[in-house]
Amino acid sequence: MTSVSLLGQILDHANRADPYPLYAELRRTPVVRDEFGPYLVSTYWEIHSLLHDPRVSSDVRHLAPEARTTVSTDDPDLPPSFIRLDPPDHDRLRRLIMRTYGPPHTPRRVYDLRGEISSIVSDLIDRFQGRDRIDLVEDFSYPFPVTVICRLLGVPHEDEQRFHGWADTVATAIEPPVGTPEERQAHREAVREARHQLAAYLSGLIDQRRRAPRDDMISGLATDRGADESPMSLPEMLSNLTLLLIAGHETTVNIISNGMLTLLRHLDALERLRADPDLIFPLVEELLRFEPPVQLLPERTTLDDIEIAGTTIPKGASLWLVPASGNRDPQRFPEPDRFRPDRPDNQHFGFGSGIHNCIGAPLARLEAQAALTELVRRLDNPRLVEDPPPYRRNAVLRGPRHLAIAYDGLKR
Amino acid sequence: MALDGSLERLRREGHIVVVGASLAGLRAAETLREEGFTGTLTLIGDEPYEPYDRPPLSKQVLLGRVPVDHTALPRRLAIDARWRLGVAATGLDMAAKRVALADGTSVEYDRLLIATGVRSRPWPNELEAGLDGVFTLRTRDDAARLVHRLRAGPRRVLVIGAGFTGSEIASVCRERELPVTVAERGPAPLVGALGGVIGEVAAELQHEHGVDLRCGVMVTGLEGDGAGRLRRAHFSDGDALEAEVAVVALGATRNTEWLAGSGLAAGPRGIACDAGCRAFDIRGIVADDVFVAGDVARSPHPLFGYQFLSLEHWGNAVAQAEVAAHNMISPGERRRPHLWTPYFWSAQFGVNIKSVGVPNMADQVIVSQGSLGEHRFTAAYGYQGRVIAAVTFDQAKWLEFYQRQIEQAAPFPPPFTAVDRRPEGMRPVPAGFPDPSVPTHGPEVTVSGHSPTDQRVTFTPA
Amino acid sequence: MRVVVDLNRCQGYAQCAFLAPDVFAMHGEEALLYDARPDDTRRVDVLRAVAACPVRAIAVEGAGGKRAADRVGVPDGA
Repeated sequence: MTSVSLLGQILDHANRADPYPLYAELRRTPVVRDEFGPYLVSTYWEIHSLLHDPRVSSDVRHLAPEARTTVSTDDPDLPPSFIRLDPPDHDRLRRLIMRTYGPPHTPRRVYDLRGEISSIVSDLIDRFQGRDRIDLVEDFSYPFPVTVICRLLGVPHEDEQRFHGWADTVATAIEPPVGTPEERQAHREAVREARHQLAAYLSGLIDQRRRAPRDDMISGLATDRGADESPMSLPEMLSNLTLLLIAGHETTVNIISNGMLTLLRHLDALERLRADPDLIFPLVEELLRFEPPVQLLPERTTLDDIEIAGTTIPKGASLWLVPASGNRDPQRFPEPDRFRPDRPDNQHFGFGSGIHNCIGAPLARLEAQAALTELVRRLDNPRLVEDPPPYRRNAVLRGPRHLAIAYDGLKR
Repeated sequence: MALDGSLERLRREGHIVVVGASLAGLRAAETLREEGFTGTLTLIGDEPYEPYDRPPLSKQVLLGRVPVDHTALPRRLAIDARWRLGVAATGLDMAAKRVALADGTSVEYDRLLIATGVRSRPWPNELEAGLDGVFTLRTRDDAARLVHRLRAGPRRVLVIGAGFTGSEIASVCRERELPVTVAERGPAPLVGALGGVIGEVAAELQHEHGVDLRCGVMVTGLEGDGAGRLRRAHFSDGDALEAEVAVVALGATRNTEWLAGSGLAAGPRGIACDAGCRAFDIRGIVADDVFVAGDVARSPHPLFGYQFLSLEHWGNAVAQAEVAAHNMISPGERRRPHLWTPYFWSAQFGVNIKSVGVPNMADQVIVSQGSLGEHRFTAAYGYQGRVIAAVTFDQAKWLEFYQRQIEQAAPFPPPFTAVDRRPEGMRPVPAGFPDPSVPTHGPEVTVSGHSPTDQRVTFTPA
Repeated sequence: MRVVVDLNRCQGYAQCAFLAPDVFAMHGEEALLYDARPDDTRRVDVLRAVAACPVRAIAVEGAGGKRAADRVGVPDGA
């Protein structure tokens, strides 16, 4: 019975600012069935084992209709994106994306964005000049990653504003619905409209790049003939590009906002980072453990009975893994509730694990490292105006809705 | 109490000698220091180089992507050792606790760790082995010589033996666009390590990459020209092949000759030791002050019926060295067993091959995920109805699931439904390991029965 | 700087090859090749790769500062 109230409490927006005591309670029973059906798994080793277990499916088509949550970003008119598929379909699509995104075919795509990333960061911070207070979410965390994604994909500068608009609207689909039935309906319509405009825009861009390829990801996808398998169809491209856009956007926003929030709550760590910029590399890993951008992984299904931690999860059950809880499991991490920027042996679930590990992880790491280093370096005496800040509604992709930071000045 | 006192003295001011200055020797030395050993530490190695990593030699070094001197192993900490490099150990006097060295000197020890590893098995005909153009690949110097010759663009390379090393060399040759012939006496490449079913996939990889693969044949002779340069190879099927370079990849032989007459249970299959890494003497009694680790050791493994396993694996060298070092300076009740689950990898023809467990103990195999034809799959190996090994081709992320299956003695064939299970993966088939009495090239894991003094086995290469 | 990757731990997540492409390279989809003695000019890239490895398979010595070694759970080397 406690489990019901626990899941309810975790999803309750009132607990968004600090869900960690709830996770600690959840961990008392590593695998527990919620009244509404899903099995919740909250301890590190059990999550780890299920993320590598071939009896666990991510294919949405295996999902009982009632197990579907509201966090879907997929367009019902398009085929599922690769994160909602199993091998071999998942592997094929992921490989095709990797051909134009990463090693071994395009190993420098992300690496070569370092210069652009740092100039986008500088430009955004320059705009803080003459003010003594910012909303980090609106003024920095939101515009930053979508700009980077535009460069990565090859969206022309002049289209970036339109692109931002669609991206913002489509991304709101992951938020739990609010308002009157009429308002919800209007919201759904707006999302649908933005999706269609985005898809139409991307189709046009893919067509352009197919005829005149450039050195960007859309050109890569548009012109790829595959190696030993069929290249992506247009609907597959649209589905997966939309996913990359939203996933790459929403999660990075939260990493950066959660990151600054955490640093401003741990000023000793902030001072250490100022004195030693190399600290940023383990520090970002610790952030991903301490305040992971993706808190829960719902919508997985068991293909067979799975015995784990003394419980048998039956075939066909819906699984919710709670990586944010695994990241605080004292059986795995000593002093799990302490933020230790140089924590050794930090094998966290910040980007998941196993075949569905976050494809955007290297980009997110570069973005977070560049953003936090520069924010900490340039903001003079930064401090939180409000703690805790107001949070977004979403329990899965958890982060502040606003993050007011006051400061005395801006360094060059 | 007296024992405790002497152990304390050993930890404080004793003399520990490590024979073998490669991966296992270095990791053991580091562990000794990490665990508080402050006495004298001597590392003896027959090669003149500080410890270096060998797996890159047959991959990035041979490809020419990384210079051979870029393989030195990073140190986990300063070990403050006396290094005796470039000097081989030539004898052991257990009563006097003394190691004799090739330069005529000797070193006394309170505790000894033997980590002398293996060397590549040479071509059996010494005259032919001496021809210019005939190589083996085990050491830095071997790699330097071979890479120099490959760079010169030989008209054809012959690789003798299609175990992991031979297959990796063939892969490098093709990537360098050199014509290469591989001769394997077994029915397929890797057959000794992975069995015939997976061996067929390895053969397909070789064919697809343009290797002239010849299975079921032996090289019967290497022929030189007047100047002593390799010119031609002769096969058991009567064929002959022009080749300027031949790489002999017939597996390894253990460096135990220096222990002849020492009274240790050391032979061609290595040095038998208990799970705590203490060496057995020829009476089958463990020595208290002589320990063994790495490729040269063979020790009983509880997961595999307590049979003695010899594992030529990188991970085994590290894990066993750490256990041996810990046990060397710990009282009996704090000693640990070496229970490492065998793990290895190979990279060839652009495919990452990983293995857990002991495939060549298996009688059956099943493709539990993916497809052999696509060269991306996970294969589970079974012995008497339980899972004892798994191999992945480009599916490494699934492997640790199967490691747990092995450790839990899970039933075989796997009864469960899994993602990516194909029609071909519904039924187990014979694993296709060759008769163990017919040696193939480099199985790399040898299951050698229960007796610690088992020295009966002989090996006739090619 | 000296580097070694425990390729038994490595599962081919390729983070190192993304973040330090002059030191680590994927060979095919999953196999990793690397330079075990990268140039000191690649120090920051290597630090990134070490921290980013999801299975903590990369050990490094001599990358400057004590922390590089701490991250692999051991004291610093020479």
